[in-house]
Amino acid sequence: MSFVERTLSNLVNGMERALYAEDLAKADGLLQRLDPRIKVIGLLSLLIVSATAHRLWVIGVVFAVAVSMAVMSRVSLAVLAKRVWVAILLFTGVIALPAPFIVPGREVMRLPLLDWGVTAQGLASACYLVARVETAATLSVLLILCTPWNHVLKALRVLKVPVVLVVTLGMTYRYILLLLQTAHDMFESRRSRMVGKLEGAERRRVAAASAGVLMSKSLQLSGEVYRAMLSRGFRGEVYVLDEFQTSTIDWIMLAVFVMLVSGGFYFGR
Amino acid sequence: MSVPVFEVRDVTFRYHEVTALDGLSIVIQAGKRVTLLGANGSGKSTLLRLLDGLAFPEKGSVLFCGELLTEARLQEPEFAYQFRRRVGLVFQNPDVQLFSPTVFDEVAFGPLQLGRPKEEVRRQVAQMLEVMKLTHLKDRSPHHLSTGEKKRVTLASVLVLDPEVLLLDEPTAALDPKSASQMIDFLVGWRGGAKTVITTTHQLDIVEDIADYCYVFQTGRVVAEGEPSQVLRETALLERTNLIHVHRHVHPSGEVHSHPHVHPHRH
Repeated sequence: MSFVERTLSNLVNGMERALYAEDLAKADGLLQRLDPRIKVIGLLSLLIVSATAHRLWVIGVVFAVAVSMAVMSRVSLAVLAKRVWVAILLFTGVIALPAPFIVPGREVMRLPLLDWGVTAQGLASACYLVARVETAATLSVLLILCTPWNHVLKALRVLKVPVVLVVTLGMTYRYILLLLQTAHDMFESRRSRMVGKLEGAERRRVAAASAGVLMSKSLQLSGEVYRAMLSRGFRGEVYVLDEFQTSTIDWIMLAVFVMLVSGGFYFGR
Repeated sequence: MSVPVFEVRDVTFRYHEVTALDGLSIVIQAGKRVTLLGANGSGKSTLLRLLDGLAFPEKGSVLFCGELLTEARLQEPEFAYQFRRRVGLVFQNPDVQLFSPTVFDEVAFGPLQLGRPKEEVRRQVAQMLEVMKLTHLKDRSPHHLSTGEKKRVTLASVLVLDPEVLLLDEPTAALDPKSASQMIDFLVGWRGGAKTVITTTHQLDIVEDIADYCYVFQTGRVVAEGEPSQVLRETALLERTNLIHVHRHVHPSGEVHSHPHVHPHRH
């Protein structure tokens, strides 16, 4: 596959992931039905439990709860496995790999050939790291996949995140998709005029030129967006509407979250 | 005679080395529907930015209701509030104007920045979406909308402020014929508070529907002005300013015939 085709394929994948997340956020599942404020507070609290628990089985229970919520929210476990679990295992696995050999403690076995000692404490440290990161990533991805982005942002206001930051994040998401589309169009127009494969130097030149054009377009766009904001009364302070309504299921789930989090803190201490 | 809503006096404006407006002077009276006609790059969009206080002239001055419109004046909270409440601009590229996560938030942005109470904002936005037939899109993200829908949202986001002066930059640009027609029908039938409407376009077929008076721009200057019916008869002028072109066709006899091509009326 040529450089241009590979870039196009990556851009399309990026847009497809965004669309998948948006479609899933509108599905009729458990998490999708919840008030975003309760979802943000509940999932973040479980994330803190998994990050602070000192017992592996407690982290395991939180992970199992996350997987159950994923199933009840129609999130494909295959997608979670591919995008989260395997990727995180590879990433944290590399970080955790030296721990069994370098953490001092009771030796449980020796590696054949290398004759390196593996300690129980080292193995536990590696397991804790991988389990915590897998659980935290699963909870975070569930929040993003099961909540429209604008609701996530508004719910952040409940956590007293400054409104300027919330609005900036919202605009970033909006314009990343627009610039993704622009980059896609640029590469597609290039592909339509290309025959054969590009050499290494030419590929780098194309990449640098495209990045430059995209940067210039994004700068021009940011200036225009700012003027459009000024035109409608923006004077440095942003005001937004925060409106959510809670229903019975929200209160039930809030109670479930409170029990899980309290239990997690108690047993995981 | 009443004070003009805008008075542009000998204005020059440059983008680096390129002169966009060159000693331009025009007066726009309140209650008029004015069209700024001109080919691409003739300076009409730049003038709209100056009239909306988003850019300021290098030379000359712009007056709004008799008051000098300067960057310093727009830093004054009371003046800025009154000006933004009374003047609204719809940009040519809808993507620059649609920066909020949803259609509802987008339309609510202006009234919220002007300090209107949230309950009133919710009511006004819901009404405006209903009027513009956008209610079914209220929770949609702007990147899911078609160009026609985006244009309607940008118009709604300005009309919700109920401005006295409405500035429209190429309102039918990039729209398919049906969407363009719907946009013009809406603007013609709009009975909001905007008494003065200033529109830039190079589409001659919509001018008589949307304007009582028009200015013809060329290289940053006004080269002609008058009532639409009068200006649209000036074929030589329109050809010189690139608003119409010479059309060639072959007759069955084989004779090649050419003449200026103009569609001054909508069908």
